[in-house]
Amino acid sequence: MTDDELRARTRALLMAVPPDEVDQVTFRGAQYDRGLAWVHFPEGLGGLGLAPKKQSVVNDELRQGARTSYENLLLNPIGIGMGAPTLLTYGTEEMKQRLLRRIFTGEDIWCQLFSEPGAGSDVAGLSCRAERDGDSWVVSGQKVWTTLAHVAKWGMLLARTDPEATKHQGLSYFLLDMESPGVEVRPLYQITGEAEFNEVFLNDVRIPHAYMLGAEGQGWQVAITTLMNERTALGGGSGTRGGGPISVLLDLWKARPDGGGSFGGDAVLRDRITQLYIEAELLRVTSQRARASQGTGNPGPEGSVGKLAQAELYKRIWECSLDVLGADSLVYEQGYELRRPGGGRGDREAVAKYQFLRSRANSIEGGTSEVMRNILGERVLGLPGEPRVDKDVPWKSVPRNG
Amino acid sequence: MEVTFTEEHDELRETVRRFLDAKSPETAVRALMTSERGYDPGVWSQMAEQMGLQGLIVPEAHGGVGLGPVELAIVCEEMGSALLCAPFLSTAVLAPAVLLEAGSPAACAAILPELAAGRTLATVAVSEPSAPWDLTALGMQARRDGTRWRLDGVKTFVLDGHVADVLLVVAPTEAGLSVFRVDGGAAGVERTLLPTLDLTRKLARCSFTGVAADAVGAIPDCTTAIERALARTTAALAAEQAGGARRCLELSTEYAKTRLQFGRPIGSFQAIKHLCADMLVQVEFAKSAAYHAAFAASGDAEEFRAAAALAKSYCSEAFLRAAGDTIQIHGGMGFTWEHAAHLYFKRAKSSALLFGDPVRHRERLAAHLGL
Repeated sequence: MTDDELRARTRALLMAVPPDEVDQVTFRGAQYDRGLAWVHFPEGLGGLGLAPKKQSVVNDELRQGARTSYENLLLNPIGIGMGAPTLLTYGTEEMKQRLLRRIFTGEDIWCQLFSEPGAGSDVAGLSCRAERDGDSWVVSGQKVWTTLAHVAKWGMLLARTDPEATKHQGLSYFLLDMESPGVEVRPLYQITGEAEFNEVFLNDVRIPHAYMLGAEGQGWQVAITTLMNERTALGGGSGTRGGGPISVLLDLWKARPDGGGSFGGDAVLRDRITQLYIEAELLRVTSQRARASQGTGNPGPEGSVGKLAQAELYKRIWECSLDVLGADSLVYEQGYELRRPGGGRGDREAVAKYQFLRSRANSIEGGTSEVMRNILGERVLGLPGEPRVDKDVPWKSVPRNG
Repeated sequence: MEVTFTEEHDELRETVRRFLDAKSPETAVRALMTSERGYDPGVWSQMAEQMGLQGLIVPEAHGGVGLGPVELAIVCEEMGSALLCAPFLSTAVLAPAVLLEAGSPAACAAILPELAAGRTLATVAVSEPSAPWDLTALGMQARRDGTRWRLDGVKTFVLDGHVADVLLVVAPTEAGLSVFRVDGGAAGVERTLLPTLDLTRKLARCSFTGVAADAVGAIPDCTTAIERALARTTAALAAEQAGGARRCLELSTEYAKTRLQFGRPIGSFQAIKHLCADMLVQVEFAKSAAYHAAFAASGDAEEFRAAAALAKSYCSEAFLRAAGDTIQIHGGMGFTWEHAAHLYFKRAKSSALLFGDPVRHRERLAAHLGL
């Protein structure tokens, strides 16, 4: 299909189901039915079997074609960015037909149940136990850092089904209905004062065997698909030149009475801002190059370049933003009272202060920068791995946190 | 504007890479860098005859291949990776860029075909001792002498100035900056090869005493055209730097896989592995910067100058850091004369300073952004 045909198809969607007149579920449902949700997916599942980069043709047309945009990925980031590609690769036909459309419309929010208090970077060492009982599995354990768990319908759960096997071999992957009895979600109070994340307690939760993705003991392979998609979703940079965090920093600087355009203001800070602008721009171009060379399959370890670079860059941009604000940064107007994210965070000064704190998670969530460097070193550059003490022994005999 | 390479681009890269693998191995680099001439005339002829590289950006009407900045970036990246010792940046990039941007049709017709054929070496003399790369502070004196001009003054850091057959000298006149053609061997020209930090790139000091010269500018004030030619050259140099950084990553990775200490390859230690991973990110960013500038060259003039400044700033620092880390990863070996690491380290620092240091280029970018 040519780009022109794709644009025509998108315009036909906008004509038939005007986004300014219908709600999000209706519009995105129609977008899905016409194969314009994720064009690299197969026909009938929201796609057209095209290259992933062709999605930008659709999105550009949608942006130009209507005042109302339902494009926002934040609607259901985990479902769209990670759940859908995992389901496409490992789900049954029936699951794909039933669940993919509801992911895209945002009717079903998804969350990811991988990390545990005792298993962070070493997520394959996790302890959450699933035991077979007839046609179902009984799950007990604790998950943590679970974004959106408090509103999620489905969770991607990684649990240990065989403690006698080595740690990677003893895992299985489940789709968990978050409304099941025994699932308890508690907010996690974090350094910003917000609770974006949750702790999820699983007490004898029953999951039908049919909701296992991949085979028993194949959970790690399935999880890799989810994680690779997560890294790509987290490392995309900003789609437009000068967009995203760097635009806030530039605006803050230009608004400074002794900054903005007056040469000789603060030359050191100005040079630092220019360096950050350069890196933000190169993150954008590098992501564009990566997309251009990507085939239609799941992303490879190269995605870790963007993830690592973005996490480290964003921390520096927000640090610099507070330096631009100077002593005004001593005040944190929004306070630290426990609250759920949502609504605006105030003006750009308030956003900068919030993001200064929030961005510390960028180099931890979705794989720490240290893990990213290991992946780049070992899987892209081909350097040898560390000697391992936990790899070829049964999981139950590996030392772990209490 | 997107960075997208075609199959033809990939083929060009492959062809140039094969040529350089054969003609510019490290042994050749080492032999040429200690020679006074600094390049191999045989290889130079083959570059022109077999691939037309000297005429890459020269229009077909002037005997060149008529390709653009993207192809130039590809070629320069490979040359930077191979540390090719040749007057390419002067004769095939800087001089043609100045002639194409600022030269009169007659000057282009007279000089460009000779450059494209690989028969003539040319360079541009810009910098002066008191103000390197500063077009606003040139002290070279140009005075009319009948239909010709006479030049008095000193130029330095002239790329391949010791061997160039044609010197294009930038000098202020009452009307603004102009470009003058002087023959390398003309009376009153004294050329001294400088003992350079980077032996693989030759620089000369050229003094002019009452030297007869011809104005080659298309208009009285060529300042904007010269700036644009310098931007095209810095964009090409940024690609060369990205290629050098890429090679440093290859050397470091290869060594980290094979060097054993404490009973295991040093690349299995995270201290070394993470250094290599960070270098990978910087190499990818450097390539993005160079490609972005190359693709921007055919667009808006101001946008292109900003993109070239961005690329020169980033690639300079990325290459230097990569070359420095390459020495570190190689340990004592990396500090020896016999290992190639110092060749890249010196090339990196010298390239970072040529045509203005990273801070100067960021200053230009900041002004463009209205910061």
